[in-house]
Amino acid sequence: MSEPEAPRDVAPAETPAQDRPDPRFQARRGRNIALAVGLIVFAVLVFLVTVVRLGANVLDRPL
Amino acid sequence: MATMTSAITAPTDAQASPARWQDYVQLLKPRVMSLVVFTGATGLICAKAPIHPLLGAVAVLCIAVGAGASGALNMWYDADIDAQMRRTRGRPVPAGRIKGAEALSMGVILSLLSVMFMGVAVNWLAAGLLAFTIFFYAVVYTMWLKRWTAQNIVIGGLAGALPPVIGWAAAAGEAPLNAWLLCAIIFMWTPPHFWALALYSSEDYEKAGVPMMPVVAGAASTRRQIFIYSLLFVPICLLPAFTGLGGLPYLAVSGAGGLVFLILAWRVMRSRAGDSADPRLDGRLYDVRAGARDARNLFAFSILYLTLIFATLLVEASLGLPTFLNLIPGGV
Repeated sequence: MSEPEAPRDVAPAETPAQDRPDPRFQARRGRNIALAVGLIVFAVLVFLVTVVRLGANVLDRPL
Repeated sequence: MATMTSAITAPTDAQASPARWQDYVQLLKPRVMSLVVFTGATGLICAKAPIHPLLGAVAVLCIAVGAGASGALNMWYDADIDAQMRRTRGRPVPAGRIKGAEALSMGVILSLLSVMFMGVAVNWLAAGLLAFTIFFYAVVYTMWLKRWTAQNIVIGGLAGALPPVIGWAAAAGEAPLNAWLLCAIIFMWTPPHFWALALYSSEDYEKAGVPMMPVVAGAASTRRQIFIYSLLFVPICLLPAFTGLGGLPYLAVSGAGGLVFLILAWRVMRSRAGDSADPRLDGRLYDVRAGARDARNLFAFSILYLTLIFATLLVEASLGLPTFLNLIPGGV
């Protein structure tokens, strides 16, 4: 059983201006996400570099 | 009244539209960064020294971030010049999308971060060379040479030439003669490359008060100097084949490409590039002038040639191909 087809000649209703996302908010959100990704990548890099630099000495410590 | 209107409408230091993260990426001059990454990686691979792949990648990343930081500092300081030139007026600071102070902070923070991380993760020779490169580009070139002398890009070209040395030092912990040979190639490449560009965009530089060679010495003198520098540049490109760095493919590529480079430089010298404006083409991105096609050809080929010779060295070193000296009977 198929869904009834939507009438084709009905134009999509225009989004009211107050419902459109604020470009300043969108830009800030994008900047925050980029900053978060940068910080996470940096933290992971520092961790991996530490492991590589210490090499086998990572395990050579009193337990 | 007119002053008041322009003060209100011009996007000076205030933000004209909200800055997107892409604007901050643009602040780092990604195109310049890609060339720096490429030449830095070539130096790192050509050193043929044992370095952990992750540390090698971190070294290249630090070179890239350092180059981006100096780009941000350049955009902060040169915002007044950039606003007057068609090629650069859309940059984030002159367009008002990012405040000058933000560009400055970003440049300083990324400079410190890239140098410190290079020192801690790789070695301090590479970190010192990276710090010197950032200082040379941001202070010596941008703040001093660029607005003061027609030799700005000749001397300032050292900043763009150092990444292979940094890459080599990162891998080997030293910077031998072959590393400086790579530096010399880029250093000698810079004047013909930039002056060819300046020949067909000198009105922009003139308007902004930047003493580029065509503005100060005239087009004829610039064309002559392009050819002289090309005569010096091409033999230097052949040298790596005789110092144990390049192999037979390198000799072939640098020799054949060098010949084309010299022919194009000769054509520029014989042309009228930079002499008179073509009124039909007024208002385009660059002022296309009589004979400008020759200058544009040299500009485009110079990028291709540098890419080709560094790519050949990169491939030869990666595949462990014998150097040209190894192939000569009785050679090293």
